[in-house]
Amino acid sequence: MAATAVADWRASIFAAFKSADIRQIGYVPDAGHTLLIQQCGADPDITAVSLTTEEEGVALAAGAWLGGQRCALLMQSSGVGNCINMLSLAKSCRFPLVMLVTMRGEWGEFNPWQVPMGHATPAVLEAMDVLVYRVDAAADAGDTVAAALDIAFNGGLATAVLLSQRLIGAKKWVK
Amino acid sequence: MSAIPEKGATNDPRLERRAAMRTLLANRGDMLVVTGLGSTTYDAAAAGDDDRNFYLWGAMGGAAMVGLGIAIAQPKRRVLVVTGDGEVLMGLGALATVGVQQPPNLAIAAFDNGHYGETGMQASHTQMTVSLCGVARSCGLEAVYDITGDDALQEFAGRLRHFDRTMFARVAIQADEPPRVLPTRDGVVLKNRFRRSLGLE
Repeated sequence: MAATAVADWRASIFAAFKSADIRQIGYVPDAGHTLLIQQCGADPDITAVSLTTEEEGVALAAGAWLGGQRCALLMQSSGVGNCINMLSLAKSCRFPLVMLVTMRGEWGEFNPWQVPMGHATPAVLEAMDVLVYRVDAAADAGDTVAAALDIAFNGGLATAVLLSQRLIGAKKWVK
Repeated sequence: MSAIPEKGATNDPRLERRAAMRTLLANRGDMLVVTGLGSTTYDAAAAGDDDRNFYLWGAMGGAAMVGLGIAIAQPKRRVLVVTGDGEVLMGLGALATVGVQQPPNLAIAAFDNGHYGETGMQASHTQMTVSLCGVARSCGLEAVYDITGDDALQEFAGRLRHFDRTMFARVAIQADEPPRVLPTRDGVVLKNRFRRSLGLE
């Protein structure tokens, strides 16, 4: 059961991307986003841009919108902290922005160094006026991402969807 | 012996920034332009405000990435990013990201005066140990130009009219501060007029 459910929620996010005509993604690799990164990279209509730091993605997404394409960002919660000043670009120009954030430092976290930024992620996003949604149940992933994409691109807002660590599964440190 | 080699940046031949920007934009055609926080925004406005200019008034370090997003979205249009050495340094990883993507329609010109002009002319890393052209080459870019004179600048401006691979130019400019020419700071206006110029609004 577990494997199918996992495949389903990840596939539902990709389906939401396709329905919203996402044409670029910017990502910093993360285990929780692996399948989505692979799917986007294999899609001839999507340019997948590997970033060196997450703030590059906020600027990439702005450029994509200026050029007439829709971009979504994939990152881990620790990367949200790297974006804070660059989020002023989205706010000052009212750029649409969608950040899919896999959470660390929550349920089942092994590494305490992941806890501070994971714990602060919703607060810092909200401090920069990013609309924060959260997904805890696999069944909600596709709809929540679709809602975030809709309000971002049709409403000119910055949004983040936090994919909880319970949803993704805690990282296994000892194999 | 100093640990930091002196590069003698102030002795290099250097170009005047306003004239350099005018040269780059003189025959721009339908080229799209992004400028970085600070003086390059004033330089582009001084050369003639244009709906196809997207001026960054903040987001320091983001100019090259905004240009990359536009270049991917508009593969048939040439995109020129003009920004300062400090702005490039703040987002140095962007050159690595651009180096991996290498959109054939993106050019980046770094106006390098070796200083943080906006904040009081403090020395930047480029007059110490850092070569922006060296960084660009290390990131995989091959069309890299180190421009210290007018002839080389004219040649680069000519290349901007037709190019088919990612270009990077470091343009050595004087560390002076010509009178500010301020375009609108309203980001929504800048965004919407840029998109309108592409038929998107």
